[in-house]
Formats: sequence, C-alpha cells, structure tokens
Amino acid sequence: MTAPAQELGSGRTDGQRPAVRLDAVSKVYGRGANSLLALDKVSLDAVQGDFVCLLGASGCGKSTLLNLVAGLDRPTTGDIDTGERKIAMMFQEPALFPWLTVSGNIELALRVQGLDRRARRARAAELLDVVHLGGFAKKRPHELSGGMRQRVSLARALAQEADLLLMDEPFGALDAMTRDLLHDELERIWRERNLAVLFVTHNVREAVRLGDRVVLLSSRPGQVIEDYPVRLARPRRTESADVAELAGTITERLKEEVRRHGR
Amino acid sequence: MAVEAPNRLNEQIAGLDALEIQVKRKRGVAALLWGRIWPMLIAVGIVLAIWEGVVLAGFWPEYVFAGPFTALEELANRLGTAEFWHAIATTMRRGLSGFALSILVGVVIGAAVSRIRLLRAAFGSLITGLQTMPSIAWFPLAILLFGLNESAITFVVVLGAAPSIANGLITGVDYTPPILLRAGHVLGLRRIALYRHLILPASLPSFLAGLKQGWAFAWRSLMAGEILVIIANQPSLGEQLHYARELADSARLLATMIVILIIGVLVDVLFGVADSALRQRWGLDQRIG
Repeated sequence: MTAPAQELGSGRTDGQRPAVRLDAVSKVYGRGANSLLALDKVSLDAVQGDFVCLLGASGCGKSTLLNLVAGLDRPTTGDIDTGERKIAMMFQEPALFPWLTVSGNIELALRVQGLDRRARRARAAELLDVVHLGGFAKKRPHELSGGMRQRVSLARALAQEADLLLMDEPFGALDAMTRDLLHDELERIWRERNLAVLFVTHNVREAVRLGDRVVLLSSRPGQVIEDYPVRLARPRRTESADVAELAGTITERLKEEVRRHGR
Repeated sequence: MAVEAPNRLNEQIAGLDALEIQVKRKRGVAALLWGRIWPMLIAVGIVLAIWEGVVLAGFWPEYVFAGPFTALEELANRLGTAEFWHAIATTMRRGLSGFALSILVGVVIGAAVSRIRLLRAAFGSLITGLQTMPSIAWFPLAILLFGLNESAITFVVVLGAAPSIANGLITGVDYTPPILLRAGHVLGLRRIALYRHLILPASLPSFLAGLKQGWAFAWRSLMAGEILVIIANQPSLGEQLHYARELADSARLLATMIVILIIGVLVDVLFGVADSALRQRWGLDQRIG
C-alpha cells in the first residue's frame, strides 16, 4: 500500500463542485416561547474526497445537521444540496437488524438497490472482507463485539455505493484500541473510494486524526465558528505530537466557547 | 512516522475480534428438555398430593369428587376408546381452525389499525375492550345468529382470540426501535418494503406474545362453546365434560379436565420453544450471572 504521504486537506477543493453544500441552514424545534434554535444559518460545503469533521460541545446541533443532510429531518430555512448523490449514514449504535445475519444485514442494503440474490450474496461477502469480517457472514449481530458490529454497520453503509458518508459519532462507544484500528480502516476505505465524509464527533483528537478539515460549531444555537484545515501528512496517529498540538489549539477554542455559556 | 504494515494491522484486528467474541456453551436437546421437564414433574407431584389430601379429608363423597388414582385410571381406560380420540380430534380441529381464522382476522385488523391513524383513534381502545369481555358473554348472541352449530363456536373463538393477536401486532409496530427506523430510512426502505423488511420482523416478539395470549383466549372460548353448543354424534372434550356432569361421573369429568389441561400445557410449551428460539436468534437470551 503506497500512501500519498503529502496530501493536503482543503487545498484540493478548488474548482470542484461540492458533494454537499449547506446554505444558511437553520433548524428550529418547537414553536413560540418554547422553541429552540438548534442550528443558526450554517453554511458549509465539502467536495468529493473531502473528509470533514464536525466538532462541538453538547447542544451544538451536530447530530441535527447530519439528520438534515440524510433527509431524516427537514431544515426550517436554508438549502441543502447534495446533487443526486447517494447518501449513507452510520450512527453511534450499529443499528443492525437483529433478525438478520451479518450477511443478511448487508444484503438488505443491496436488495434496496435491486441486486438479485446471487449478486447480493457475493457482494456482501466482498464487503465483509473489506472490513475484515469475512468469517462472520453467518453470525448474528449479537454474537459480535461492539467494534465488530460497527464494522458490519460500515460495510452496510458501503453497500449503498454512496458518494457521501455521514457518520454520527460512530466510534464513540468503543474502547481506544478498537477505535484506533477503525480509524485506520476508515481512512483506507475513504481514500480507496474517494468518499466525501461528514464525521461528527466530540473527540478533538479523533477529529484531527481523521479530518482534512475540522469544523468547529458553537452551542445553542449551532453556528460555524472556525474551519480548521488539517495540513498534517497522512497516515496520522492519534498519539503523535503534531496531532496533539493542533488538537490542543482547537480544544482551547472549544473551551472558550463552552465558558461563554457559563457566564 | 511509524506506519503499521497492513499484515500487522490485519493480525491485530483478527486478534481483537477473537478476544472479544463470546464463547457460548451449547447444551444438548436432551439436557434442554430435561431441564424444562423435571420442574414440571415436581409441580405435578405436589398437585396430585394436595388433590389426594383433599379427597382423603372427606369433604365430599368419592362419587362427587374422585381421587387422582381413580381419575387417572379412568383416563387410562379411556385412552383405548375410539370415542376419546374422536373427541380430541374434533376439539383440536375446531381449536386450530378457529385459531387460524383468528390470526387472519387479527393480522388484518392489527395491520390496518397500526397503519391508519384514524382507525387507531376509532378502534384502538375498542380492541382492548373486546379483549377484556368474557367470551361466554358472546354465546347467547352467537347461538341466536348461527344456531347450535360449529359456526357459533368459531364466531366466539375468533372474537376471543383476534383482539389479542391484533394488539400484539399493534404493540410490536409501535415499539419498533426508532434507531432501526432511522437506519431503514437511510438504507432507502420506504412504504411496503419498510413494512416487509423492517417493521414486521421487528414486531415479531410482540406478535408472538399476542399469538400465545390469543391461543389462551381461543382455548377458553372453545371449551365454553363446546359445553354450551352440543352437536349430536360429534363427541368433543367440552361435550364430554357436559355429559360427565349430567351422569354425575366424577372420575370421567376429572379425567377429561386433565386432558384439557395437558393440551393447554403442551401448546404453551410449543409457544415457549418458539419464543426461546426467537430470543436466541436475536440475542435476547443473555442472562445475568
């Protein structure tokens, strides 16, 4: 595997049409006096092949943002343009269907796309190999560990042949070692498939480890306050000094934002 | 910068997976069965002892309240008669066909009510109300409508069982985990496909519970019906109860009751097996400790 070592994050966005464009997106929950402004005129775009991490403290509406892009919810005002792109999404929970086998879960995603039975079976096996779970096709989700389930969930998302992958704290519930491995996995898959990824997390180091850009959101209402380009060579390690340094800078800014709510 | 070689990475992943996967103890079928049966045998023994105790206490003469040995002896004798098996066959046929019809009716009503908001508002509580109505209260009307025949029995059996089955389905649909619905939406499941591949399978445990409860209601309604609606030349368990009382044949009465109880228990075991198979497949069978 030869890694293009000096890949610069947002440098290559020039001149390309965005894979996803959010234009002054606002989301209000409830009405009248009880209404809550979750997102306030958020504008953001990412091109194909861009890995964008959305970072923020609680109440910054980062999950809301992903739900809007996924079409699980509608913005109150503003526009979201994903072109005709297919969108896949991963959640913090694996959200696998317990009545299906590991392979069956992936095959269902393929079925929605109209593949016939044989093609589904074969493709599911390929995808399980991609996430190193080739030997577990016939297991049930509950027989796997949390990290393995999350990989099945990733394989299911990949089965959708999406161009845009939305990830809502997908590794938040995993132990550090498993998370490190999944970072490597995700980075490899992202690069091989030239995906656009919107990755929500509250873990600053994880954001710096993975992202071409780290977009910092304020809380209540959620607004973009910083858009850090991450110009560190890949592959990166979560524990390396340059990752820690940038993470430190971003953390300071994040703390400042949190303190604002304490005054 | 240290780059993890792909091979080492793969090994590390495989190693973690091997460590994290649960080792399951598998028990043989015989051991499983025995584990279920021996507590039941103890319970049966205790019940027989209490029964014999009450008989020996002499509150009632033997011809009114026969002891367990007399009743079991009567049962053993009856096992050899064609009439006995004929009665069981008739009763089971009625029970199963009535139950099958109940499933059909229950599923149609349950699906419609869970899907259409207006129907739910109109009929939701009515279904639960029907469930609490004693089935025997329907018989006078059923007999007026259909006469003294099997249709009257089937009518009441369906009225008894269908609401439970419908309710099981409705509950299952309502309690489909939201996270699975979101995942299904993202996968592109809509309308019919959403029901077929997500909501119906997700509601299976609750539906199964509804079936089990539905059977219990069906079985009760059937016994009530067979005692009330007696059809000439058609021996059935309910009919046998009725004649045993008319003839003051206590041993025969109790023997028939034992048969009814055994059938009830056997069907319950079947539902239990289905339920535990489902739990095992879904991973809901993990016990604490």
